[in-house]
Amino acid sequence: MSADEIRHAGLNLGVTDALTHEQAESDVFGFWVFLMSDAVMFALLFATYGVMLPATVGGPTPSSEYKLLPAFLETLALLTSSFTFGMASVAMKHSASRRQLLGWMGVTFVLGIAFLGMELHDFATMFGDGAYPTRSGYLSSFFALVPLHGLHVFFGSIWIVVMMVQVLTFGLDVRVKINILRLGLFWHFLDIVWIAIFSVVYLQGLIR
Amino acid sequence: MTQGLWPAVLGRFVLNELPFVRAWEHPSASEIIGAGAGAIVVIGAVFVIVLITYLGKWRYLWTEWLTSLDHKKIGVMYIVLAFVMLSRALIEAMLMRMQQAAAIQSPGFLSPDHFAQLFSTHGSIMIFFMAMPFLVGLINYVMPLQIGSRDVAFPLLNSISLWLTGGAAGLMMASLAVGEFSTGGWSGYPPYTEMAFNPGVGPDYWIWAVTMGSIGSTLTGINFVVTIYKMRCPGMRLMRMPLFVWTALCTSILMIFAMPPLTVATALLALDRYLGFHFFTNDLGGNMMNYANLFWLFGHPEVYILILPAFGVYSEVVSTFSSKELYGYTSLVIATAVIALLSFTVWVHHFFTMGQNADINAVFGIATMTIGVPTGVKIYDWIWTMFRGEVRFTVPMLYSLAFMMTFVLGGFTGILLAFPPLDYLVHNTLFLVAHFHNMLIPGLLYGMLAGYHYWFPKAFGFRLNEKWGRISFGCWVVGFYLAFMPLYVLGAAGVARRTEGMFDPIFRPWLYLAGVGALILFAALATLVLQLWVSVRERDANLVLAGDPWDGRGLEWSTSAPPPEYNFALIPSVHGRDPFFDSKRQHDAYAPPASYQDIELPKNSMTGPAIGLAGTATAFGLVWYMWWLVVIGLLVIIVAVIVRSFARDVRRIIPASEIERTELCWLSAVARATPIPREREMAPTNQGLAEVSG
Repeated sequence: MSADEIRHAGLNLGVTDALTHEQAESDVFGFWVFLMSDAVMFALLFATYGVMLPATVGGPTPSSEYKLLPAFLETLALLTSSFTFGMASVAMKHSASRRQLLGWMGVTFVLGIAFLGMELHDFATMFGDGAYPTRSGYLSSFFALVPLHGLHVFFGSIWIVVMMVQVLTFGLDVRVKINILRLGLFWHFLDIVWIAIFSVVYLQGLIR
Repeated sequence: MTQGLWPAVLGRFVLNELPFVRAWEHPSASEIIGAGAGAIVVIGAVFVIVLITYLGKWRYLWTEWLTSLDHKKIGVMYIVLAFVMLSRALIEAMLMRMQQAAAIQSPGFLSPDHFAQLFSTHGSIMIFFMAMPFLVGLINYVMPLQIGSRDVAFPLLNSISLWLTGGAAGLMMASLAVGEFSTGGWSGYPPYTEMAFNPGVGPDYWIWAVTMGSIGSTLTGINFVVTIYKMRCPGMRLMRMPLFVWTALCTSILMIFAMPPLTVATALLALDRYLGFHFFTNDLGGNMMNYANLFWLFGHPEVYILILPAFGVYSEVVSTFSSKELYGYTSLVIATAVIALLSFTVWVHHFFTMGQNADINAVFGIATMTIGVPTGVKIYDWIWTMFRGEVRFTVPMLYSLAFMMTFVLGGFTGILLAFPPLDYLVHNTLFLVAHFHNMLIPGLLYGMLAGYHYWFPKAFGFRLNEKWGRISFGCWVVGFYLAFMPLYVLGAAGVARRTEGMFDPIFRPWLYLAGVGALILFAALATLVLQLWVSVRERDANLVLAGDPWDGRGLEWSTSAPPPEYNFALIPSVHGRDPFFDSKRQHDAYAPPASYQDIELPKNSMTGPAIGLAGTATAFGLVWYMWWLVVIGLLVIIVAVIVRSFARDVRRIIPASEIERTELCWLSAVARATPIPREREMAPTNQGLAEVSG
């Protein structure tokens, strides 16, 4: 198949780098499949959360624990980081200067870490209120779902650093480019999962 | 200082966690059997290490096998693992049958706790470490050859999956020699596996072995799906793929979507046990029904993960040994896909009795019966394939025929069980045990054994001994009927499963009969080993270097036996469903390419072994609370992944001259071979070249 016949969902490199684009075909597709498998995990944890929501056993409830402002700021940080990663991908695709690419990746990393910091602060506040996972089935399910997303963001941030080092070491060779494509999918996927967490966990918990 | 040091190093390990110490302190038949099993593991491991050292084969093993990324070698290693684990789990089954036969109005020779460990390991091993490695190994070996590819899409990931599975199986073996195993059955239901009921290491061994295995299987599923979608040779459209590839595709899709529920179930159970969460506990809002749903969301598709590849093998075998095109190809493809889809809609039938209302049970009961329809379609298609064909009763064909008869019987009892009011009567009895063995032994084991006999000459270049194959086949079939038909009777009479003793002497004849059946099944395994031994010794008389001993139909038969590491000197292009069969008839098979090109293949990598070993160490540390080991293990995994991502020199080139030499050597063997007609394919004259008629 020639480069313009191959299309995968997401950013395509076909216009600017046909060789990488062709090699990326099964790699990017494989990563999509992996993300779908990961999505099943999150879906099941969401389902578990939904089922265990009433199991507060006289302890803290969603409306007593969730704070809208921090959750909103976290959402802003993560959504912005998705935008900045998008800029990094575009910089890579159109072979902008390496400084631009690294700059956007750096900003994404900082936003990711900021998100994690705010989230950990939230968790600490909840712990301070006596809302820790061993207290009730509801809190168990909260602390399985939300921190798992946080853990993904943490490993995503490490991945960003690794890719920045690789850009500096190898320049934009085929494998670096493909891995940045994959990392981009991963990062945007976490964004989507967070939107679900924000609406299903935080907003729904506060409306009740 | 010493008081603080040892617990920090050894976690919660104390000396009488060793079965040998336990047997010394309380010598009873049960403990001595436990110590004996532990001793077999230790002595077996030492023996293998000494033997490899004595033969000086470490370097060979490391460079040719353990670090290899060749899909064929990885496939063979998976199948070796499956046979090792099959031996252990079969011996455990035999012990359980002996115990039940001995324990009528008497305690028998196994303690209840030991018996519970036996049925838990037997089930866990047979599903996760016998069935899964066997089918993954077979797909690994055959599927890339069948679609005309040089390898799977992600060869390194393939090696990592193998090592995760192997490490998990190693953890199962370790539980025999250090500590004990779970008593909660293969499904690990809380509260049996919760801290309040069992704070020991057993459930933790189960959790981490299964979790590692399931991660390996998910990655394998992704790998196979991408391979089948993206790496087919020119002309290999979806509707031209051999049926084995179709079943591999559907099984892989099931793996991708059905393994995560298992990972979630075991991970949440681990959170309960390690950090005091309340997912499935009896107090503070825990709900074990969540576990039942999560587990069977995996567990039911898993049944089809196991059975579909066997259906694929039967389709290949029946068509080849009838010398006929597969009847109803399209309907077989649709049936496979429908089974895969429906498999996600029936999980509640595993717990009809656990509290949902009658309407929900009815929906799931009807969905369950529906699966019988596509399965029935398949059986008819295979029968019609044989009709007026040139049927040869070779060993794989015998397994296929035994499967068709036996599987239909099991299907009937499945329809009975799918009927909720009836299920209430036989739920949790030996009737159920009889039913699922009646599905999985013909629907998985016979299929895998048929595949093993069918593709063995391709993989190793010589045919397996026919006589011992038939004896082994006879034992598997007779043993199965003797061991499991009595269980239907016992189950209908109300004998609960997982019972280590009986009171009613009326059960005695049935239990004895089942015991004899178990012994015959053991003889089946023993004769299978004997067959391999005899075949290896007589291999020079049964060589099939030309590569096509059965007048095969797919691309896998168009290479030498064993195939070169690059599979195809020139990527083939196909024009129909039976490309090699057709090209033999058009006399353009074995045509050398106009010119040979260099071929690029992945270099060996030690990333797989590193991640597998570190994963096993992490799991072992988690089981025993050796936190330092957990930290080291996780760090090694993370560092290994990152370091590997920096590796650039990962491909090697096989020069065209070497390929030309290999290919010419094979083509001259083809030229020297005498074509044989189908009726003589079991004779030593079969050198792997088929006589083409019509």
